[in-house]
Amino acid sequence: MSRQAENFPLIFERSKPGRKAYSLPVLDVPDVELSTVVPDGYQRKEMAALPEISEVDLVRHYTGLSTRNHGVDSGFYPLGSCTMKYNPKRNELAARLTGFSQIHPLQPTETVQGALTLLYRLQNHLSEITGMDAVSLQPAAGAAGEWTGLMMIRAYHEARGEKRTRVIVPDSAHGTNPASAAVAGFTTITIPSNERGGVDLEALRDALGNDTAALMLTNPSTLGLFEEDIVEIADLVHRAGGLLYYDGANANAILGQTRPGDMGFDVVHLNLHKTFTTPHGGGGPGAGPVGVKRDLIPYLPVPRIVLREDNLYDLSFDAKASIGKVKGFYGNFGILVRAYAYILTMGPVGLKRVSEDAVLNANYLMKRLSEAYDVAFERICKHEFVLSGRTLKKNGVKTLDVAKRILDFGYHPPTIYFPLNVEEAMMIEPTETESKETLDAFVEVMLQIAKEAEETPEIVKNAPHQTVINRLDETQAARAPVLRYRKPTVL
Amino acid sequence: MDMQSFSYIPNTEQDRREMLATIGVDSLDALFSDIPDAVRFKGLLNLPDAMSEYEMMNELKRLARQNVSLEDAISFLGAGAYQHVIPSVVDAMISRSEFYTAYTPYQPEISQGILQAIFEYQTLMAELTGLDVSNASLYDGATAIGEAAMMACSHTRRNRVLVSATVNPDYRAVLDTYARGQHVETDTIAEIDGVTDHTELVAKLQDDVAAVVLQYPNFFGTIEDVRAVCELAHEKKVLVIVSTNPIALGLLESPGALGADIVVAEGQPLGNSLSFGGPYLGIITVKEALLRKLPGRIAGQTVDREGRRGFVLTLQAREQHIRREKASSNICSNQALNALAASVYLSYMGPDGLYDVAKQCLAKAHYARDCFIKAGAKAVHQAAFFHEFVLDLGPRSEQILDTLKKDNIFFGVPLRSLGSRYENAVLLAVTEVHAKSAIDEVANRLEGLL
Repeated sequence: MSRQAENFPLIFERSKPGRKAYSLPVLDVPDVELSTVVPDGYQRKEMAALPEISEVDLVRHYTGLSTRNHGVDSGFYPLGSCTMKYNPKRNELAARLTGFSQIHPLQPTETVQGALTLLYRLQNHLSEITGMDAVSLQPAAGAAGEWTGLMMIRAYHEARGEKRTRVIVPDSAHGTNPASAAVAGFTTITIPSNERGGVDLEALRDALGNDTAALMLTNPSTLGLFEEDIVEIADLVHRAGGLLYYDGANANAILGQTRPGDMGFDVVHLNLHKTFTTPHGGGGPGAGPVGVKRDLIPYLPVPRIVLREDNLYDLSFDAKASIGKVKGFYGNFGILVRAYAYILTMGPVGLKRVSEDAVLNANYLMKRLSEAYDVAFERICKHEFVLSGRTLKKNGVKTLDVAKRILDFGYHPPTIYFPLNVEEAMMIEPTETESKETLDAFVEVMLQIAKEAEETPEIVKNAPHQTVINRLDETQAARAPVLRYRKPTVL
Repeated sequence: MDMQSFSYIPNTEQDRREMLATIGVDSLDALFSDIPDAVRFKGLLNLPDAMSEYEMMNELKRLARQNVSLEDAISFLGAGAYQHVIPSVVDAMISRSEFYTAYTPYQPEISQGILQAIFEYQTLMAELTGLDVSNASLYDGATAIGEAAMMACSHTRRNRVLVSATVNPDYRAVLDTYARGQHVETDTIAEIDGVTDHTELVAKLQDDVAAVVLQYPNFFGTIEDVRAVCELAHEKKVLVIVSTNPIALGLLESPGALGADIVVAEGQPLGNSLSFGGPYLGIITVKEALLRKLPGRIAGQTVDREGRRGFVLTLQAREQHIRREKASSNICSNQALNALAASVYLSYMGPDGLYDVAKQCLAKAHYARDCFIKAGAKAVHQAAFFHEFVLDLGPRSEQILDTLKKDNIFFGVPLRSLGSRYENAVLLAVTEVHAKSAIDEVANRLEGLL
């Protein structure tokens, strides 16, 4: 194809047989004859087709790829429910200290006291922040935290001889909530939201029963709205014998303002890659610590970090009622170091400022954008809000088109078509790390796009115009999947 | 009084006033009026006061110094996390902030960098493991086994999984948690001389078995007869899940070529630092027929409106954000940055480099084992091994490990918890980082202690 020249090469297409970059110590022990130590038929016959490339070309390849990517450091990233805040550089430095990055998870515990101290303190800090009695740092991500929490809820009910099989989730919940409930062995009931965007109490009452294991709630919800009836909701669930699960995806809005533990939640997970500034890494790694109230402590995953009588920290695998192990070793330690560094940097005053400015920025942005876009719920929002693109539809412009047009201005678009209960949804979360000037500039762009949708809709519908590629054929990608490179056969 | 300033919060007092005025409220407090007073948190959280960058770094350096870094030790610890040479290009590339400060590539037009990197990663993993397709990575080697086993149950509509006793006990523990969640039964196949007992396997290969889980090289380092297990299992239409070590595949036959249906691995050895156990990445590759059940993100190639090649996340109908409670897995993220490190590592090493690393691991492990046996330790298994092996240090095992530890020699992982046979046994891993002089020094010390 004539356009082929514009393709950014794959690393495999830069490969040349015989080219080498690697540098290894010289083998200083007697070499072994493979046939004497590897069983017959177990020597690799055909080497994996790895690229053969020089060091400088490798660096240029990945540097080139990085320039085809947008991160928080590249520009504003108001992706709702993802809390794309600035990732502090000092945290990166801290995690790379050799005393953290070059320790083996199975070293004798006396030789990793610093690491265990850090984990122990981080557990305590997160307990304080969430108002829970104990925290496990093991789950690798938010969804893993949900699953861990739900497994504990299951163990709790089973230990009391109760057969509770259902988990209730609101229709605005993240997809991981029902999926995690399913992999923890529960069935889910979805209940609708009321006209103010909160849990419909009537629907909740109807759904509750002696088979209710838990209600999973994100508060503020994915609509960015605080659940005003939370006290009554907690009471209803508890009276039915169920537990309350807090999805901490939106904890950025509540730091120092209210705590899940005080609201009545029994289990909570946090996303350190959202609220606690650890980088999203292009999709991971994250960390999803889970906190519990006293009654659920026996079920926490092993190992637990304990402080022994001789004042040394240790790993304890001794917990009969524990749900067991949920991850290799002790969690995503490198991420936990970054989160700890962040908490030390902010302190209690700083963390409260985080929620204040996150909420201030969101309300300011919502107010200014309401000039040209439909606000889904007319009330104070928390750290994020949802707009509906339904008014633009008369000119044939969809929310997807608006998102693609935003790309032309160097911003990452909001989350779109989520939550599911708002038509043509755009979910916007500015975070506290953005300045008023950044928000104002974004507003100008959004107003311009709204105007374009009226006057020159084709510009919006055909966007983006400024990116390295334009809209991709996702149908083809799914219909005839090409999921790996294969070397063209030479004729 | 002036507001305390924080490096990551730009709003000035004046900004705040102007913004409140635009919103039309008179105080910040008004923005939190929707939180019922009964659950409002009054006062300040009980946390240490904010520290400057300098103070915070000093505090973290102080904690880091309380750990013995492997730079200051001789360590033969392995058992799922391995010390290897990490080329400087790896950290340089994953430190590009366009990569590490980005999120999931939901907007492909401005995410081609990470999407293409994932596509290349998928290619590398498929090549290395000898199977058709890879996803964009899972959390780690332990959870990858759990995901693979659940996937096998869903595909075969059977709910029993056989697991060899030679699979890493931590991985087996994580698999058990997954299995309890989804009402799947797991059953252990015993080992003989550090290798899966095929007689017991045959006896347990019944019609309700979804999959056999094997490790290659296994937890003890020995090279399992994967080909024979695949033949036995496939006769009963049972899937074979092989957990492997990607470095070993530089010279050992790929599990795919040996007949495995699903290959999983801890990807840490590929350019990822030890970091006290994480973050790492879980590798998973499958045969084409299992693609629609593969959990996690997958990147695919397509074209834009002008025919230019580009990449998108694809086959999302499998995933939780579309299928919700009907999804095959709840996994939402991947370990993109760790997968990027693995890709950079493999691209840098190339086929010859990976072979060299594997060969050095093999040669040095065999040399070290001979030295330690000459020094008085006893071999526990006789089977062929890659870069890990088990030694028995006799009844004074604990004191010996303790004495060596005082000189920052971490001789190995004690296997006491595996039962009486391993009461005094230690698992050692040897790689290209171990100089002959270090091995000789430890052998000398050991001789004096045994």
